[in-house]
Amino acid sequence: MAYDAETRAQLIAGVRRFVEERLRPIEAEVAEADAVPEWALKEMAALGLYGLSIPQEFGGLGLTMEEECLVGFELGRCSPAFRSAFGTNVGIGSQGLVMFGTDEQKAKYLPGIASGAIVTSFALTEPEAGSDSAAVRTQALRDGDVYVLNGAKRYITNANRAGLFTVMARTDPDVKGGAGVSAFLVPRELKGVSVGKPEKKMGQQGAHICDVHFDDVRVPAENRLGEEGEGFKVAMRVLDRGRLHIASVCCGVAERLIEDCVKYAGERKQFGQALASFQMIQAMLADSRTEAYAARSMVLDAAKRRDAGENVTMHASCAKLYASEMVGRVADRAVQIFGGAGYTADHGVERLYRDVRIFRIYEGTSEIQRLVIAREMMRGGSI
Amino acid sequence: MKVLVPVKRVLDYNLKVRVKADGTGVDLSNLKMSMNPFDEIAVEEAVRMKEGGGGHPAGTATEVVAISIGPEQAQETIRTALAMGADRGILVKAEGEVEPLAVAKLLKAIVDAEQPGLVILGKQAIDDDSNQVGQMLAALLDWPQATFASKIVVAGGKINVTREIDGGLQTLSLETPAIVTTDLRLNEPRYASLPNIMKAKKKPIDAKTPADLGVDVAPRLTVVKVADPPKRQGGAKVKTVQDLVAGLKAAGVI
Repeated sequence: MAYDAETRAQLIAGVRRFVEERLRPIEAEVAEADAVPEWALKEMAALGLYGLSIPQEFGGLGLTMEEECLVGFELGRCSPAFRSAFGTNVGIGSQGLVMFGTDEQKAKYLPGIASGAIVTSFALTEPEAGSDSAAVRTQALRDGDVYVLNGAKRYITNANRAGLFTVMARTDPDVKGGAGVSAFLVPRELKGVSVGKPEKKMGQQGAHICDVHFDDVRVPAENRLGEEGEGFKVAMRVLDRGRLHIASVCCGVAERLIEDCVKYAGERKQFGQALASFQMIQAMLADSRTEAYAARSMVLDAAKRRDAGENVTMHASCAKLYASEMVGRVADRAVQIFGGAGYTADHGVERLYRDVRIFRIYEGTSEIQRLVIAREMMRGGSI
Repeated sequence: MKVLVPVKRVLDYNLKVRVKADGTGVDLSNLKMSMNPFDEIAVEEAVRMKEGGGGHPAGTATEVVAISIGPEQAQETIRTALAMGADRGILVKAEGEVEPLAVAKLLKAIVDAEQPGLVILGKQAIDDDSNQVGQMLAALLDWPQATFASKIVVAGGKINVTREIDGGLQTLSLETPAIVTTDLRLNEPRYASLPNIMKAKKKPIDAKTPADLGVDVAPRLTVVKVADPPKRQGGAKVKTVQDLVAGLKAAGVI
């Protein structure tokens, strides 16, 4: 359900204020400790951030895609590690359940997901199935009224905190590719589920990714999400929405970096004048602003189309491709404008430079987005 | 006990004001407006009295009513109070400057109608820093008042208010009904949760005008001039205390 303009404005203002006053001041501390403090996790849950995309009847806010993206712009204004804490509940960890879950499955899990009591993870990627996600090897073989899961997943966001995994596993070993894959809701406490240590990463310290192993895990058949063989369809639909969310966060990070650059360029003096008075600096600022504006416009357009019921597979990929590449360029220019201060850790510019690199890789690399866009173009035979 | 909380829509405290070129006031066009921070503290205290918290048992307040006096947009400020936990709102629509005495008279009219046990106000608004409305309201109503509260305890039909004063703490015991104004350290206001922001839309806001309340809000004061503070002059470093004293004497300040 879409909210009225005044309520929407209050919502956005509420998120912006929380981000500015509570999260941004502890960014450096979170990166240093590689952990978001418990109090901040609690405050994010109390604010309602875990339930942004969960329908209202299950205790969430039920935001439209456009509203979720408007919130995403605000969330991008602090370290992406914060968003990651609840990001899986908003996106890839919950949306399979929202879109394909039975009434019983939804009633059982969604209220906890909306409140943050249950953290969710999306387990698709495997050591041998990254961009080639249809090559999933994890098996789920039917044995009476359970499926027996065996296999390993890799780089699973929030796995170390997750209470519930959406797992893509092959139910039909004889069918290659996506058609043999089904989706399952796998609670963490089932016997045989184990989670590895968080990986050391280039950026986004405080957000964690881990391996997840399934060793003869007996998953009740009622935990299957959608029909047998629908797993890949579930994954792709979930990723459509996730891609727009990520694109909106990219815009937010870019806008924050641009603001930081404008402020710094106005204050820092060289050759007796402010950096901002030099045309080569102005060109960098102007290019960043233009590209960030283009990305924001793309995200909002795609989100509105999705809310209107259009198929936005191509638009979501366009937005994710452009926004993630854009924020990389904006971060690079930010380091350049800050100069030595951008390369050292004090201003957080180098940290964001590292943080944004993953946006071009996860939830579909830039290369995969291009393939999706081209495939959709050729399939549709039009723009 | 019913609690009334007046809330004022002011320039957001993060923003810097610019004085208008003609010196008649400050330029507020296109600037973000928010609830006066001292009023947020007042709302928080009232909501804690209702929900329990901050030393108050739940139910200390039975109803919290937020009131704002200002343009149509002051409704947003009331919504913020409703999102924090107030039950309903009253908007008194008034364009232009409404001076502290007029505000106090409007509030008195509302108090007469609502019959609250307690009115909690911010000690002052961060735009004009008048620090008058709470005191004037107490005088108009002939109610006891405790200003600059850093702690409020409701017990045995009395309201005990601790105030930070020079040299220590002073605690006053007030008979109800009473007026209390908040200081900065009374509490730390909550962030309204997003679901509560959504629900605030469904809470009622009554709209009234000064005429409905029988109050003439025409200004009694004239603003002579509004000017920026003087620009800071560059400082100087001295090597010894003697140099410092000599410098201060030369500057004519000691």
